[in-house]
Amino acid sequence: MSSAPRPYTLVAELTYACPLHCVYCSNPVDFTRHEDALDAADWRRVLREAERLGVVQVNFTGGEPLLRPDLEALVEEARSLDLYSNLITSGIPLARERLERLRRLGLDNVQVSIQDARPDESDRIAGREAFHRKIEVARWVKELGFPLTVNTVLHRENLERIGEVIALAEELHADRLELANAQYLGWALRNRTALLPTKAQLERARSVAAAARARLEGRMEVVFVVPDYYVEFPPACMDGWGRRFIVVSPDGLLLPCLLAHTLPGLSFGNVRERSVEELWSSSPGLAAFRGEAWMPEPCRSCARRAIDFGGCRCQAFHLTGNAAATDPACSLSPDHGLVEAARTEAARPARELVTFSFRTPRTSRDHSR
Amino acid sequence: MIPPEAKPALAPKARLRFDRTSGGYLLLYPERGLALNATAANILKLCDGELTVDGIVEKLQGEYLDRSAEELRRDVLEFLEEMSRRGLVRVLE
Ligand code: SF4
Ligand code: SF4
Repeated sequence: MSSAPRPYTLVAELTYACPLHCVYCSNPVDFTRHEDALDAADWRRVLREAERLGVVQVNFTGGEPLLRPDLEALVEEARSLDLYSNLITSGIPLARERLERLRRLGLDNVQVSIQDARPDESDRIAGREAFHRKIEVARWVKELGFPLTVNTVLHRENLERIGEVIALAEELHADRLELANAQYLGWALRNRTALLPTKAQLERARSVAAAARARLEGRMEVVFVVPDYYVEFPPACMDGWGRRFIVVSPDGLLLPCLLAHTLPGLSFGNVRERSVEELWSSSPGLAAFRGEAWMPEPCRSCARRAIDFGGCRCQAFHLTGNAAATDPACSLSPDHGLVEAARTEAARPARELVTFSFRTPRTSRDHSR
Repeated sequence: MIPPEAKPALAPKARLRFDRTSGGYLLLYPERGLALNATAANILKLCDGELTVDGIVEKLQGEYLDRSAEELRRDVLEFLEEMSRRGLVRVLE
């Protein structure tokens, strides 16, 4: 083994298929290019190999992981490896019996996404009717004794209703509420004009979340994630490239983050051909941005480089065309003007009519051309 | 304040796991994990919703002979209060 750091979490993206069409979906915009190529035996091996490397948690996600009929076998394998398993789901399509089965097989936590506290607004963002079903699923989760995480992605249209979202999560007895502002990559970058909030909106929401966190301490964990566009320095994306997280895409690529395969010129090996151990320690794509050797100025001589690792590589590429640039979200980046321009645009006074590009296989194919 | 007759239990979302790599215990919960020192792990292993705080202190006494029952109870309570603030331990009356 080389000196690769110890990974703690495996993000198992079982499929990019999803019944919803969220306008900020974190899947790559060209997701239709990546077929589901791993069968249950492959995934079980991935779980075993990841655990041997030090992984203690697995997130079963997608797309919609419930679309995999073999999810049960994977949950069972995770349990036998004593991995903490988390199902990250839209709640659709889920039958109560299936949830019960997953509980028996040892699934630890269920995270249900709820797009908004109000049915019409929620369904508008999801691109289909889903809200009432999600609420029902969230109730089953608690009735069956699971811990429940509610995840709501925040943006220009729903930030004002953050109080309602918190009230809904309380009513559902959520154990954890993630109020995660959209990050402007992938589909959210396509829809940035429609989604990016103003600074004032964000400040108000942040203080509502802070008050809720204090009030609900010990009962419901409240997490508020700001969008990178409104920070002075970027956060440590994925805790650093190839440091703590292993992401495996539906087609078997072993990645450091959800969108690394959208960066040109990087080669990530496939778990169908090589073991997780081997890829983690020697994939050229992981090596490319591990450590500090790749860093340009101002990161190279910045004291924060060991804290944020120069920010998000995908954001750097998708905004500047250069994956090895300082994250433009950083106020010290020479490209920070790109982010400032987006903030200025977001501050436009009147509510204009905006159009969304929904995440669908068809729009994906259009974007892939 | 946790009363001495309370019965602490791990929160439903939290799970203890032995960690081969470090030789210690991890407390795992959604998206997070805490590396526990030996004392913390020993306390949490006894948080089964049956034993009272006093019961836990009594069980630990054998292993921590250098501490008085009073000191030990104070440490245990302080730790459990911190864990309950983080939502990782529930106190059943
Ligand atoms: S963000 Fe929405 S569309 Fe994307 S995978 Fe999740 S539920 Fe599906
Ligand atoms: S210059 Fe680089 S290392 Fe310094 S804060 Fe900005 S992104 Fe982080």
